[in-house]
Amino acid sequence: MAGWEVTFDNCLPLLILLTSLVPATVIFMLPEERVRWRTSLNIGGAVLKLGLIGVMIWGVRHEHVYETRLPLLQNIELVLSADAMSVMMTALSGLLWFLTTLYAIAYLETSPQSRSRFFGFFSLCVSSTVGIAMAGNLITFLMFYEMLTLSTYPLVVHRGTQESMQAGRIYIIYTFLGGAVFLLGVAWLKALLGSVEFTEGGLLAGNIKTHAGQLRIIFLLMIAGLGVKAALVPLHGWLPRAMVAPAPVSALLHAVAVVKAGAFGIVRVVYDVYGIETCNALGLLLPLSLAAAFTIVYGSVRALSQDELKKRLAFSTVSQVSYIALGAAIFGPIATIGGIVHLVHQGLMKITLFFCAGNFAETLGVHHISEMNGIGRRMPWTMTAFTIGALGMIGVPPLAGFISKWYLGIGALAAGKSWIIAVLVASSLLNAAYFLPVLYRGWFCEPAGSWPVESNSGRWETHWMLLAPPVATALLALMAGLLANSPYSPLEWARLIAAREYQP
Amino acid sequence: MTVTLLYALVGVALLSMGFYGLVIHPHLLRKLLALNVAGAGVFLFLVAAADSGAAGTPDPVPHAMVLTGIVVAISATALALVLADRIFQVSGSTQMAEKDPAEGL
Amino acid sequence: MTLPAWIVALPLLAAALMTAVPRSRLLMVGSAAILTPALVAFLARTILRDGVLQMQLGGWQTPLGIQLRADGLSVAMLGITAVIMGVITLYAWAYFRDHESSRYFWVLWMFLWAALNALFLSADIFNLYVTLELLGLSAVALVALPQKAAALTAAMRYLLVSLSGSLSYLMGVALLYAANGTLNIEMLANTAQASPATSAAFAMIAGGLIMKSALLPLHFWLPPAHANAPAPVSAVLSALVVKASFYIMLRLWLTLFGALTSPSIAQILGVMAAMAVIWGSIQALLADRLKMMVAYSTVAQIGYLFLIFPLSQLAQGSQEALQGGMYFLFSHACAKAAVFLAAGTVIYACGHDRIDGLAGIVRQMPVSMFAFALAGTSLIGLPPSGGFIAKWLYLNAALRNGQWWWCALLLGGGLLATAYIFRFFSIAFSNREEIVSARPVPKMMEWPALGLAVCAISLGLVAPAVKKLLGVGGLF
Repeated sequence: MAGWEVTFDNCLPLLILLTSLVPATVIFMLPEERVRWRTSLNIGGAVLKLGLIGVMIWGVRHEHVYETRLPLLQNIELVLSADAMSVMMTALSGLLWFLTTLYAIAYLETSPQSRSRFFGFFSLCVSSTVGIAMAGNLITFLMFYEMLTLSTYPLVVHRGTQESMQAGRIYIIYTFLGGAVFLLGVAWLKALLGSVEFTEGGLLAGNIKTHAGQLRIIFLLMIAGLGVKAALVPLHGWLPRAMVAPAPVSALLHAVAVVKAGAFGIVRVVYDVYGIETCNALGLLLPLSLAAAFTIVYGSVRALSQDELKKRLAFSTVSQVSYIALGAAIFGPIATIGGIVHLVHQGLMKITLFFCAGNFAETLGVHHISEMNGIGRRMPWTMTAFTIGALGMIGVPPLAGFISKWYLGIGALAAGKSWIIAVLVASSLLNAAYFLPVLYRGWFCEPAGSWPVESNSGRWETHWMLLAPPVATALLALMAGLLANSPYSPLEWARLIAAREYQP
Repeated sequence: MTVTLLYALVGVALLSMGFYGLVIHPHLLRKLLALNVAGAGVFLFLVAAADSGAAGTPDPVPHAMVLTGIVVAISATALALVLADRIFQVSGSTQMAEKDPAEGL
Repeated sequence: MTLPAWIVALPLLAAALMTAVPRSRLLMVGSAAILTPALVAFLARTILRDGVLQMQLGGWQTPLGIQLRADGLSVAMLGITAVIMGVITLYAWAYFRDHESSRYFWVLWMFLWAALNALFLSADIFNLYVTLELLGLSAVALVALPQKAAALTAAMRYLLVSLSGSLSYLMGVALLYAANGTLNIEMLANTAQASPATSAAFAMIAGGLIMKSALLPLHFWLPPAHANAPAPVSAVLSALVVKASFYIMLRLWLTLFGALTSPSIAQILGVMAAMAVIWGSIQALLADRLKMMVAYSTVAQIGYLFLIFPLSQLAQGSQEALQGGMYFLFSHACAKAAVFLAAGTVIYACGHDRIDGLAGIVRQMPVSMFAFALAGTSLIGLPPSGGFIAKWLYLNAALRNGQWWWCALLLGGGLLATAYIFRFFSIAFSNREEIVSARPVPKMMEWPALGLAVCAISLGLVAPAVKKLLGVGGLF
């Protein structure tokens, strides 16, 4: 640690982490009534974080190195670094946190439980996500991964009802088991290799002859541990149950934090720890792609039979997040691009859908699809946003979802795995099968009478802070698709990442 | 069999008898007596260890240990007696209750 | 340099003056609580600079004189003692404010502190016996303070166990002296040989210390004693007193017995440790009183401590094992003290600690529950706490020297701890009926618990400094 001075480059990752960690600590101690303080801390922290992330994006594009290192033990360091992949994930998290904060403030206005507690853990949750995004080695990743579990549990059980507590218990069981398995994998790998830094192109290139068997088992352990959060079947059981949480929590968990952390972890392990060539040589890609493919189809099939809107969206998430894992499991830069860019695209589209579902529930008391007849007339903006999100999920051009699926398909062909095309087509058809009826009901059916709970929200169809976020994210999803070839778009960024991973 | 060896063996025997008695007897005073017998056994062993051969004075270190040990044993026994007496006053029994009572903070 | 002697004498002086002049109690307690940690910090700085410090009490030479020796391990133990005793003193001041027994509490508290300090500074095995007895007697008296039937019975059981343990230890000391002619630990390390006498000595010493450390199956006295004592006493018992006998075991093992006994002994200790982890966690899960749950959690966590012996056997990874064990010791001390203090606050407010009757308590005392949560993460072993670092070090050691079966125990133990901690939490957080007539809790009782919990969490971040301190004296 000699010669390590405090420069802006060295501290930027830590500062980004602190912009949500410090508000979290302060908010915990704020009395319940200090609404203004809490709101300003939340929004101020979010805006500041976005600013710092902007700086980081510009810097990484121009090959700056941002890295914070803290020694933990003699041979382990806590490393926060900004490479292209972390920047993408951090930017997504920061942006969506800002929007979800606005949404949550409005959503929980009438909630009887402690809002200080909620927003405190909310900020902690984002800090953990940002930590995961910027982790520079497996140890740091592991630490923030576990912190994520801890900070999301109180959010899931926030309402304190019997159902929430049960959902929370199941969540804990799944995620802690996954965490323990992951810990074993990381410790084993460290004992084997001595270092677990994330390296572009993979850390392992060349070591495989001597430890092939152990490396395979370690990979299995790590993917299993990560797969719990990433909702790979059969480890997905906690996800539909966690829908009892308030809508902002579902939005955050499913678009930004938990599932993305799992998927991001899988991407990191495949590319930056093992390296795609090593994975291929060890024969690990086929099982992973099979697991991902099965999850894609299974999730979509289960979604078909759900009447509760949030449960349908939950199973849709189970299915869609596995596209990312699928992209990681196909050998070839094009598929890599498809998987990585879907991290961003799926995040934008899914959060839109969840925001809209929350609006329907909060404004009109509509929780089930069967109650959604004619809702498009009552809440046109929300329903439009929902439509954009749903069409994107199905993969209709020129929306973002189409781009990801296109790249995955081309990549599968390039790698000679045409069966994956069949999976992609089947999945799109299934997506259409469970989204289109919802759209049809919302736009083209007659309302059944009065809504379950009608709340008067003045000029707009609902509170502006509940309306603006889904509209914003829907717009972003649209732009991500339309403007995919412009610089700084998610696609462009994914191309940059893939180029750096497949260095000769 | 030399005297020293005899002392040592008797010391060990007393220790074992003391531990046995501690476990077997339910009455608190008997447990205390058993502990004291065990202590006496250890002290006897120490006295035997002070033997430094036919000529020469005995080793003073074990003697110091025995004296210290006796003082400690007396203090401990005093505390134990007070506790036993208090237990008798509070619960009317001369034995420790088997099950842990539900109350008690 | 008489610094070590002052560290032992200061609490004793405070106790004496307190008895002579009852009105000076606040002054005496306050001074001891502030000065002792300061002296320990100063001692730490001294040994980091100059190496191991030795002094003869009163100028009398060994073998009849008493030597005090401060190396890295001792000072680290002194440090954790100072921190925890200091913080609990704050808590206990508020807790005992209205009690009549506070007269006796503070004197006994000072005796306990002096005994701990003397124990960690002792350089010969007989002095260890004396300090161990002093520690045991003070602890027993503290447990008996409430004077209710349950506390008195628990204290009596504790006393009998403590005395048998000490006698067994003393017998071992006698055997070692008879075989080697010296009591000084360093000299014994040089002269002792593997022989029947040494093995018998080890058996007696280990038996006594295992009884006092409450390793399964000799743990039966711990749950009633820790659960029925007043909260500050439970905290210090779980945090420090059981660790004192473990410390002796560790030191004697590292300097003396480790090389002289057969390798299977370490594995046997490991098996007992494994059973402790499993059995203790299961009993904690089944407990219906909060303090009983925490006491059984101590039984389980002591198992983790004893894993240090099998894991440090082979050269590969023994460094990590030793560090991991010490880390478990430090983080468990902070975390368990925090948890017992929080439990004490619960009893103060609600009058009972039946877990089923504590639904929704997080609203009554958010600070204490937050402390409980933070400490819980250290007990489970989640990052970034000291408990995680310890678990990581152990995992590494196990994987590096090929004893991979301990990995399953470590991970399983973490999951079991998760189960019993979250069992309490799901009730504490639930929306069921409000607590009836909860007494308001003074601030001075809530914040010390939080402080200790934060210590447990931040221990994960200061590992290099701790390692440096432990390294003085060459044991680590």
